Amino acid sequence: MNQTDAFHRRIDEALHNAQLRQNFRSALTGIMARRAEQFPDETQLQALRDQARAVRANALVRQPELLERLEAKLTENGIQVHWAEGPDEANAIIHGILERAGAKTVVKGKSMVSEETGLNHYLEHHGIEVIESDLGEYIIQLAEEPPSHIVAPAIHKNRREVAELFQRFHPEIPYTEDIDQLTQSARVVLRDRFANADAGISGVNFAVAETGTLCLVENEGNGRLSTTAPRVHVAITGIEKVVERLSDVPPLLEILTKSATGQPITTYFNMISRPRQPGELDGPEAVHLVLLDNGRSRIRVDDELLDTLRCIRCGACINHCPVYVQLGGHAYGTVYPGPIGIALEPQRIGIHKVGTLTSACTLCGACGEVCPVRIPLPKLINRLRAEAVDGLRAGTAVRGHGSMRKPAEAGVWLLWRWLYTAPSRYRLFTRLATRLRWMTPPWLGAWTRYRCAPRPAQRTLHELAREEGFRNE
Amino acid sequence: MSDSRERILARLRANRPIEVPTPTVYAKPLGWDREHCIASFMQRMQAVRGEVHRIARDAWVDWLAGELPARGIHHLLAGNGDVGDRLASALPASIRLSRYDHPIEQWKPALFNDIDAAITHARAGLAESGSIVLWPDANEPRLMSLAPPIHIALLDSHKLHENFAAMIAAEHWANGMPTNALLISGPSKTADIEQTLAYGIHGPKQLITLLLD
Repeated sequence: MNQTDAFHRRIDEALHNAQLRQNFRSALTGIMARRAEQFPDETQLQALRDQARAVRANALVRQPELLERLEAKLTENGIQVHWAEGPDEANAIIHGILERAGAKTVVKGKSMVSEETGLNHYLEHHGIEVIESDLGEYIIQLAEEPPSHIVAPAIHKNRREVAELFQRFHPEIPYTEDIDQLTQSARVVLRDRFANADAGISGVNFAVAETGTLCLVENEGNGRLSTTAPRVHVAITGIEKVVERLSDVPPLLEILTKSATGQPITTYFNMISRPRQPGELDGPEAVHLVLLDNGRSRIRVDDELLDTLRCIRCGACINHCPVYVQLGGHAYGTVYPGPIGIALEPQRIGIHKVGTLTSACTLCGACGEVCPVRIPLPKLINRLRAEAVDGLRAGTAVRGHGSMRKPAEAGVWLLWRWLYTAPSRYRLFTRLATRLRWMTPPWLGAWTRYRCAPRPAQRTLHELAREEGFRNE
Repeated sequence: MSDSRERILARLRANRPIEVPTPTVYAKPLGWDREHCIASFMQRMQAVRGEVHRIARDAWVDWLAGELPARGIHHLLAGNGDVGDRLASALPASIRLSRYDHPIEQWKPALFNDIDAAITHARAGLAESGSIVLWPDANEPRLMSLAPPIHIALLDSHKLHENFAAMIAAEHWANGMPTNALLISGPSKTADIEQTLAYGIHGPKQLITLLLD
């Protein structure tokens, strides 16, 4: 099945799943208002967005030198840095670290980059037990599903579905659909895991080159536990997460938490700069950072597409997307759903594989308006749509350029251009279209499934205007 | 050095995007006086179910001696510094005081299961976001503010900064970061089920800040 048919099938399944749509509707209701409440002053919001954009844009321009500085500083601090081109290499590096440390069990904090690499599956295949410790991630690990949202991975499940999962996997705990009690159950279940795990794996929100600091943003404390209790900590992140200075972090943190969940700050902001030092009584003895490229350096080549890499993964674009709200995250079929997924995934994976995602956008512009780092998402999505069908422009950075070009569609546009670029042809065409309007076919494929076929008016607008006395000059 | 490192860096160096101006250092001066900072800190902390008690500088030992038994706390963990020393002689006999004085590997199960509450210093506080700031060290290790169900923090009310940006500038954080630095704003929480807020997931269920004047 080609990518478009597969996508349409997933869309169809999502739209016909009443429970799923209800879950998304109720979970996302209020999330936009909560974000807006955090930004009562429009001028301050725009200034903060400018600052956040400037910080991220600067970091991307100077990315190679900042990554080298980050590596040097982390190494000086005693944190070991590893570089991975793609998922396989990253997984192998992490497996190697765990194997050398004799680690058999791992607690994991939330990391979308590890979803890119399929890390859990890889480690389990190699005999290492991985427990997701973020509540949402734990729920979907039990359900054997991927995240449906980059911030709230189990947003597609309601309390009854969570209760049933807990009942199935932890029959010793009395059945409850009460959210507070379910949360307490998760605390009890995962507590021993934190105490006994050999290693912890986490993502990174910002990596500060100036000080060699890994910053993690979270509410639950599972990120702190995963990076503090076990004797080894492995962090994995994309190479775009580096920022230059520590002073770049406060504006990013503020706009991240406000944009993501409508919180002025999260419960924990965790800054890690070293493994356990002599005399210290806890914390991991070894800390590793795996820097993953996985297509990012290729995206950076294009001055327009580069903006994609400013993303700080807040999910505001997803929460505000009218298409995502209807479909949910799984229908996209990629690691990152919603507007940022539509912009990022075709660049990362290739238009020939997931370019069809760009059709899941109405270009309403809501995502671009809320993006904390001013990524022009609608513009990027439109650019990728053009890239997908462009047959003329060769050699752009995007893999699968022109791979969705259809001869018939291209022919129609060629004809359109031929008609519209000469007044004589255009007049003849509009005259024929209005006079022969009865010939318009009543069935136009998908368009007429739920709509009437459009039919040209009896007379062209130009004709009516001329009668009213308008002239072209 | 790995080949991947060289290849990634070579690709990045091969293309330098259009220059952008270096961003200015972000500052958000609020012009708040001490009382305004205290009021905001308390209000923000309480808004996320953090408990704050403003008490006289030397009253915290007595406060704890009275309050801990009333709250059913039997086993308190202190660090190796002055806090534990002062509590040792002041706590009623019903409360067992342990000190975090040996490496975690030697007593992990006990830390995770037997301690009711831990008490630490807070290095500073942030008024705008209602956060306490911790630099855990050998005297007060990292898990103290994380593993026990209750975390009690002692915060000098003169050490409140307006916000994060103001603090790292005033205290020159960029000149030297500790092993681990933390901003903590309330007890642990989650909204992963139906986006509904629930407190007390993996970190402490209660955060009690004693704001010392």
